[in-house]
Amino acid sequence: MERVFRHFQDDLDGLKQRVLAMGGLAEERVREAVRGLMDRDSAALDAVLTGDQPINDLHIELDDRCFKLLALHQPMAADLRVIVAAVKINTDLERVGDLAVNIAEAGKRYLRHAPVKPLIDIPRMGELAQTMLRDSLDAFVRRDIGLAEAVLAQDDVVDALKTQIFRELLTYMLSDPATIEPALDLILISRHLERIGDHATNVAEDVIFILSAKDVRHTGSGVPKAE
Amino acid sequence: MNVANRPVPASLAGVASRGDRPQVSLDAPVKIDVDALNFYYAAKRALDGITIQIRANLVTAFIGPSGCGKSTFLRTLNRMNDIIPLTRVEGKVLIDGESIYEPGVDVVHLRRKVGMVFQKSNPFPKSIFENIAYGLRINGLVKSKAEMADRVEESLRQAAIWEEVKDRLHDSALALSGGQQQRLCIARALAIRPEILLMDEPASALDPIATQRIEELIYELKKQYTIVIVTHNMQQAARVSDFTAFFWLGRLVEFDRTDRMFTAPAEKLTEDYVTGRCG
Repeated sequence: MERVFRHFQDDLDGLKQRVLAMGGLAEERVREAVRGLMDRDSAALDAVLTGDQPINDLHIELDDRCFKLLALHQPMAADLRVIVAAVKINTDLERVGDLAVNIAEAGKRYLRHAPVKPLIDIPRMGELAQTMLRDSLDAFVRRDIGLAEAVLAQDDVVDALKTQIFRELLTYMLSDPATIEPALDLILISRHLERIGDHATNVAEDVIFILSAKDVRHTGSGVPKAE
Repeated sequence: MNVANRPVPASLAGVASRGDRPQVSLDAPVKIDVDALNFYYAAKRALDGITIQIRANLVTAFIGPSGCGKSTFLRTLNRMNDIIPLTRVEGKVLIDGESIYEPGVDVVHLRRKVGMVFQKSNPFPKSIFENIAYGLRINGLVKSKAEMADRVEESLRQAAIWEEVKDRLHDSALALSGGQQQRLCIARALAIRPEILLMDEPASALDPIATQRIEELIYELKKQYTIVIVTHNMQQAARVSDFTAFFWLGRLVEFDRTDRMFTAPAEKLTEDYVTGRCG
């Protein structure tokens, strides 16, 4: 019994390590996409555009690991919650990788124009989204429910920044139609960053589910639904 | 206490509203109501203050490590422990509101109402037909040969073994496979039309296919019977039961809906047990 259990525990630890590795990759790609935009570094954006394969490979590997753990060990309770949550976190992280590609694509188009304005809120959004992602994964590893709840609170800040960016760029577009094309790309980028914040929020919600067995999705405030 | 008016335990609140297991309903009346039950083998206390309400027409599973008291508790529900010398019971067991440990209770009548199936199949060394007919005959439950044949067929059908044995009813029951013998024993228990069926690890000696048949049978039988099953196999408890009770060192640690017990138990000890970290 103990040997079988240790085998399971080793596999479970391995799964967590790979989730973390994937989170690190996703975060790095978001950072590089935003940095490429800020520094007008076209080569950095190209690297993001062509570098999606490692995350895609991990996406498949993690699903496979979860599938085998479920089939071979039939886990219960907290172990079951970790694996089911890992399947969902895996999907969220893969989507973050895709969004980094989307940011790089919009960034490449944006670089073909003169800057619309000095970028202030977009790097702030990028920083916030990355922090949310990092914190949600830290909460996953450290089993820190407080940190996961803090991530949920950050989502409103990211949403507010997206709205602010849209309003501000609207004024530029109204006053100078030549800015419409690049400004639309900035709006798209803010939208992608906001979605990354949403995925980090999903991860944090999954962490809360793992630790407390409470489903806080669609409750607005991170307060568990009444049963 | 009036069983029908008994307040719903806090742990069961919301059972009816979630609706993810349609068979689980708080509307189900309490069939077995156990209050502060202690049980002793001589001076050794094997059960300590068990309080539980088991609902009608649902499957309740007892889980826990060997020696935790789950089989002992199962046997208190039809007084099978009475035959063990130096045993003693304190507390109350009510079935349909009637205390089964009151002086004057007819134990034979009780066991007719509360049937039992054991870990090891134990058919009589007689024909398949006689295995079922015997209990009916000695209890005087049938009036004619035709009625006997009907009751035997009905029991074998209920236990999902009729199709396999209908052409050899007068062969020895001992010639059946282990899984068939166990279903025959279930048919034998059902023949006297009990209301409650106690099953003590009924599939632990069977192969996966025979186990699956027993589990499907349990699912069918709960429409008519209240079933209590002791099992060492947690996946089996998760598959077949609506409620699960976890026992540890003679105490009832947690009792809740099965889906909660195996996904989000309230007690740390239950969590450790169902995830294989203790026991």
